[in-house]
Amino acid sequence: MAQAAIELIGINKSFGAVRANRDINLEIARGTIHGIVGENGAGKSTLMSILYGFYQADSGEIRVGGKPASIKTSNDAIALGIGMVHQHFMLVDNFTVLENIILGAESDALLKKSIAKARSELERLEREYGLEVDPDAIIEELPVGLQQRVEILKALYRGAEILILDEPTGVLTPAEADHLFRILKQLKEQGKTVVLITHKLREIMAITDNVSVMRQGTMVATRETAKTTVGELAELMVGRRVLLRVEKGEAEAGAVKLAVKNLTVKDSRDVTMVDDISFDIKAGEIVGIAGVAGNGQSELLEAISGIRRAVSGSVMLDGKPIDLTGAADPGELRDRGLAHVPEDRHHVGLVLAFEENENSILGYHDDPRYLKGPFLNIDAIMADAKDKIEKYDIRPGNPRLKTANFSGGNQQKIVLAREMEQDPGVLIVGQPTRGVDVGAIEFIHKRLIAMRDQGKAVLVVSVELDEIRSLSDRILVMFAGRIVGERGPEATEGELGLLMAGVERQEAAE
Amino acid sequence: MSTPYAKLPAWADYGLIPLINLSVAFIVAGFVVMLVGENPFRAAVILVEGAFGKGTGIAFTLFYATTFIFTGLSVAVAAHCGLFNIGTEGQAYIAGLGVGVVCLAFDSVLPWWLTFPLAIAAGAAVGALWALIPAYLQAKRGSHIVITTIMFNFIAASIMVYLLVGPLKPAASQAPQTRNFLAGAELPKLNWIIELFGAKIRSAPFNICFLLALVMAFLVWLLIWRTKLGYEMRTYGHSPKAARYAGISETRIILIAMMISGALAGMMTLNPVMGDQHNVAIDFVSGAGFVGIAVALMGRLHPVGIVLAAILFGMLYQGGAELAFEMPAISRDMIVIIQGLVILFAGALEHMFRPYVQALFASFSPRSVGIEAVKGKGA
Repeated sequence: MAQAAIELIGINKSFGAVRANRDINLEIARGTIHGIVGENGAGKSTLMSILYGFYQADSGEIRVGGKPASIKTSNDAIALGIGMVHQHFMLVDNFTVLENIILGAESDALLKKSIAKARSELERLEREYGLEVDPDAIIEELPVGLQQRVEILKALYRGAEILILDEPTGVLTPAEADHLFRILKQLKEQGKTVVLITHKLREIMAITDNVSVMRQGTMVATRETAKTTVGELAELMVGRRVLLRVEKGEAEAGAVKLAVKNLTVKDSRDVTMVDDISFDIKAGEIVGIAGVAGNGQSELLEAISGIRRAVSGSVMLDGKPIDLTGAADPGELRDRGLAHVPEDRHHVGLVLAFEENENSILGYHDDPRYLKGPFLNIDAIMADAKDKIEKYDIRPGNPRLKTANFSGGNQQKIVLAREMEQDPGVLIVGQPTRGVDVGAIEFIHKRLIAMRDQGKAVLVVSVELDEIRSLSDRILVMFAGRIVGERGPEATEGELGLLMAGVERQEAAE
Repeated sequence: MSTPYAKLPAWADYGLIPLINLSVAFIVAGFVVMLVGENPFRAAVILVEGAFGKGTGIAFTLFYATTFIFTGLSVAVAAHCGLFNIGTEGQAYIAGLGVGVVCLAFDSVLPWWLTFPLAIAAGAAVGALWALIPAYLQAKRGSHIVITTIMFNFIAASIMVYLLVGPLKPAASQAPQTRNFLAGAELPKLNWIIELFGAKIRSAPFNICFLLALVMAFLVWLLIWRTKLGYEMRTYGHSPKAARYAGISETRIILIAMMISGALAGMMTLNPVMGDQHNVAIDFVSGAGFVGIAVALMGRLHPVGIVLAAILFGMLYQGGAELAFEMPAISRDMIVIIQGLVILFAGALEHMFRPYVQALFASFSPRSVGIEAVKGKGA
């Protein structure tokens, strides 16, 4: 093995009483792509934040290029040649690419010289790594894939030899992700070291040389990627065997439960996000909506669930119209049997400061079962919450615990339990497993399929293509606010990927 | 990336931490006392003795506390709904109009126990209506409630000054206040309760409003944690998006919460107006609305905490007055500094010592801080 670019020896980090990193040892070889996988809360981000100087380790040693390093701030990290591409980009939206790249690294009091210098440097980087970006483009006008490229350029411009990428493909189409991987391989060939943090095992297998698995704050294993399998990694992550693909029978679709016709929705900036969409969902089927984040899926969900007012269009629920452009509110829709598991469980689906039992009635707090006159029927609410905790295996099983203290997977189970146990006719689910650990994903998928088999109409919106493909009986692909195609579950990833990128539509227009 | 706060046992959360905060505030205040050349220990003794040493002191402390319980509850109810009602001061002030008019109209015909409920209703109604306007502007027009309620404090003050130097002032009087009420609008004192314990009271305004305040504290607890309305208010307060998702009307919940808040502010008026001065005078609220903000914060928006914090501030008011009297170097302004320090450490810097206390607890018994419930930190 080549010389180590980074060595972490005995790293410990606690937040209050929570031990986020325990005695971590990690060696990352120079000129390799090293993957770090683990469930949410396994401590990956904390570890990388220590390496990048956001946090200080409580104990342990960091060696960069064989020499002990003290990294107190991100400037120290940059000086040591460590660059980081964050999951959420740190770019100034209304600056140009060049301006963003020199930000914080201006070489002169006046900008002109810095920009000139950056321009020539940028040209060199473009040549060497195939990172083409128009240096004078405004960031907000660039697609996310290119914005990410700017982040990479920013790190390289600062002389990064070691590049850390945190969940880099979450916002990319499959084609953009492939392009990113080509760039990373190019970087590797030029002798750079890449650390890739992800929870997508497929990516790990496709691109990394070595992979380390974290679980509950500890480093459980490091493997040579070529000598491991997705199954083994998943098992290491969770600590037990997991089913990666859900098993389900044929759908037995019945009558139309929800019919959406010519629905148009605008966002708060008055931009049309959902553009004249029509589709329907029948009883006993799961319809999946695939698409890159930001193509109108969120607005579609919000409109159908009554949270956001639609501009025009008509929607029939069980054959009766609902007025989504006017008076309909989420409470009314719930009464009519439409349950909604929102994309953003932290701010919408749950009140994190509430106790678990309080969240188990959110939205259904008007239900006479939970009330005694104007008062809450605490006994009934607690009994109900305990019942759901048992049925959905929510842990820890304490209905008095603050919701913020549950893990992502268990929080999602709280929402699902609440919505599914109301026995709705239609269930719409946004990002069913975002930020949810592998073990819980399996559980959630099984539950959704069980809902389908009970004859419910289920709509699933997800940016995880794998999830859409394994759950759906029909797949609709959204691009730029429109449905650009419908496919069966047998559709290949490449086919869906092209649709998600809007390729077919552009060709048709030409 | 937030630092996950581990859970502390309730007694540490609600008892130990406020106690540490309070101690630090008093230690810093002690240095200020030293700075002006007085002995801080003697000052502390005078302060506490002034507030609790004699029957009269206790009665005054509880009289001030009564006022602060009302204003603290007012701020807390709005805060549970995510609304920062800075307008408690003005809502209380303008409610003096409602209470005053009822008293002036009925004090010669009705006994106090009939005037009192009418005055409660009038004070609450006027306070609620005064709060309704900023609430409406917030709910319908998006005008920020902090700004509008501050403005409404000034408007209330101007209206009251106009009325008290004009229409409400007896023609022959030079003082900017109404005529004194007759017996029909004077509330009975509660000083006898303290005297039951053997203390002597010369003259103190501690009155039946204290009991009303305790009843209201209980009702607020009931409202916030045991009713559907309170549940909706808390949902909106924590997350407006979650409230929208749950089908809770934003307009409705803002209007209701602010009206309840305003009503509680308005009820504060009863204590000084009917229990003490027996008239409506200019500036009778004198900052109690703002103290209510500190009381609510320090009481962590819980009625029990608010009652305790109100008594603490009552003590600072009463003991502070004694202190200013006994130690000439310590002026009224110094008392305000001490109050400010309490607000600073108990309110604004509430969480300053928390991580240390947590670390301490974690080192003694990891289970007690719920270490097994590892919070989901983003990957």
